[in-house]
Amino acid sequence: MYTFSNKLKTFSIVLIILGVIGVGYGFWDSHKYETEEDVKELLASEHHGHGEVHATAHADETHHADADAHGDESHVNGGHEMSHEEHVLHQIHNRPWAALYVAAFFFFMIALGALAFYGIQWAAQAGWSPVLFRVMEGITYYVLPGGLIVLAIAFFADSHLFVWLKEGVTQPGHENYDALVAGKSGWLNKTGFFIRGLIFLGGWSLYRYFARKFSIAQDNADDNKNFKKTFRISAAFLVFYIYTESMMSWDWIMSVDPHWFSTLFGWYVFASMFVSGITVIAMITMYLKSRNYLPFVNDSHLHDLAKFMFAISIFWTYLWFSQFMLIWYSNIPEEVTYFVTRFQDYQLPFLGMVAMNFIFPLLILMNSDYKRIPWFVVMAGIVILCGHYIDVFNMIMPATVGDRWFIGIPEIGSILLFAGLFILIVFTALTKVPLLAKGNPFIKESEHFHY
Amino acid sequence: MEASKVIHAIYTDDDVLMNAVKKVKAEKHHIEEIYTPFPVHGLDKAMGLEPTRIAIASFMYGCVGLTVAVVMMNFIMIQDWPQNIGGKPSFSYIQNMPAFVPIMFELTVFFAAHLMVITFYLRSRMWPFKKAENPDPRTTDDHFLMEIPVHGNENELTNLLKETGAVEVNLIDKAH
Repeated sequence: MYTFSNKLKTFSIVLIILGVIGVGYGFWDSHKYETEEDVKELLASEHHGHGEVHATAHADETHHADADAHGDESHVNGGHEMSHEEHVLHQIHNRPWAALYVAAFFFFMIALGALAFYGIQWAAQAGWSPVLFRVMEGITYYVLPGGLIVLAIAFFADSHLFVWLKEGVTQPGHENYDALVAGKSGWLNKTGFFIRGLIFLGGWSLYRYFARKFSIAQDNADDNKNFKKTFRISAAFLVFYIYTESMMSWDWIMSVDPHWFSTLFGWYVFASMFVSGITVIAMITMYLKSRNYLPFVNDSHLHDLAKFMFAISIFWTYLWFSQFMLIWYSNIPEEVTYFVTRFQDYQLPFLGMVAMNFIFPLLILMNSDYKRIPWFVVMAGIVILCGHYIDVFNMIMPATVGDRWFIGIPEIGSILLFAGLFILIVFTALTKVPLLAKGNPFIKESEHFHY
Repeated sequence: MEASKVIHAIYTDDDVLMNAVKKVKAEKHHIEEIYTPFPVHGLDKAMGLEPTRIAIASFMYGCVGLTVAVVMMNFIMIQDWPQNIGGKPSFSYIQNMPAFVPIMFELTVFFAAHLMVITFYLRSRMWPFKKAENPDPRTTDDHFLMEIPVHGNENELTNLLKETGAVEVNLIDKAH
């Protein structure tokens, strides 16, 4: 049995407290700017400080950010021209919400990615991984609380994150009227969003609840009934998951840019969550092993996890590039604005993310021997996790804060808050049951797994 | 110095062979070669063979393939005959680069895979019209053959091999 060390518990609580302070500061700071006059002063001081170059950049930004975030149709139909100051004011107010949402989603997707990995292990009847099942079950405990938090933030952030929730967006003649969003309102409406969100979370949590229940029951069973039941529900879960995960990514992420769409977005988000989930499984396994809680895990298990980190990093790049290249090549205005914004205002995170998520793991984890060295895999894992945080950052921020992004106190505070919460919940879940799923019919094979 | 006499021990099961190899190695005898009808997992480690370096070769071939793709596309599409495809800038490699990524990827894989196979064959001394080195055709069917050089310890080796479960132990004089 694992006991949650006091040191780690204190550490996670400190993270939560620091996080709450950071998030609180973020909200307080953003409300220093209450009117367009405040923003005018801010912009004037910025122009003064940065001089000519910044002024041109701004003129450029105003043009496309408006086209991107609000759409040309809204101007045509509503006849409402939002001033630049008002726009910037919105972005400043959006920032703490967006920072909170990105971090909440990032930690939630780690747990959901681990759940998908767990389901695949069962459905494939994998022989190597059952020694890791309890670690995965611990991580997936965060799916329900993490998902509810994401939904709660979406609920309270409202139009700070989702422009399609603005008043009158679907109402012809209203100053906010947007014909494209109105056309999609059969799907994109507040009631539907939360009903779907709860169905997704409910389905995933039900699977997790029963899979874990059967897995624990199997520990002391003398037949394989529980194993067979888990196998069946895992197969059903994977079908449910791949549809709902895709819809979840449209709802929770893609809809921040309601005019833009990409048909492989669900896969792309899946790759990101899958690799993050596997990385965290590897890191928590190594942590527990270093504390002698997992004597049955050998370096061949670590090797296999690192192989997955390597492989899924490349898979992520494949999808990232497939999405990018088709849109870049076809150059259709309504699609390409998405990448224009990212290349103009987010060049460093957007291209830095490719280095962190692709080039770095490719070169570091290519060598077979390095995949067995714990500190090496931890280092690679930290870079991969940071890279995928930035991936989520790049999905949410351009639509909400435009070029006024920075990884500052609100962002880091949100990361600390949810990292603390994640550690607290996951490690508490790990203390509940023995760390070896000893009744699993494949457990002997897994213990003797040797590459 | 290569021994002129060798012992050929024949086995009929890969597990028996694995245990025999471990035993022969434990007795500090040198195993010259083992012929098997299929790859036996872990046999190289049991025999004490050096790990393969083909991965390093493969990485270098991949780098060559990537370079060839970059140079080739730069020559074809930018320098020699710039073509306007879909309005993409055709006078700068870097601006047109995303269109070439699939080619870069494919040629990297192509070079790595093909050159790695060719390297493997050459390193294993296999080329077209080469006469088979295989001493006993049964090793292409269902028998396993272990070749051990003899340095005047013929009886000791024969007994040891019989003990490990060899179905046949033959003394072969190579210098005929």
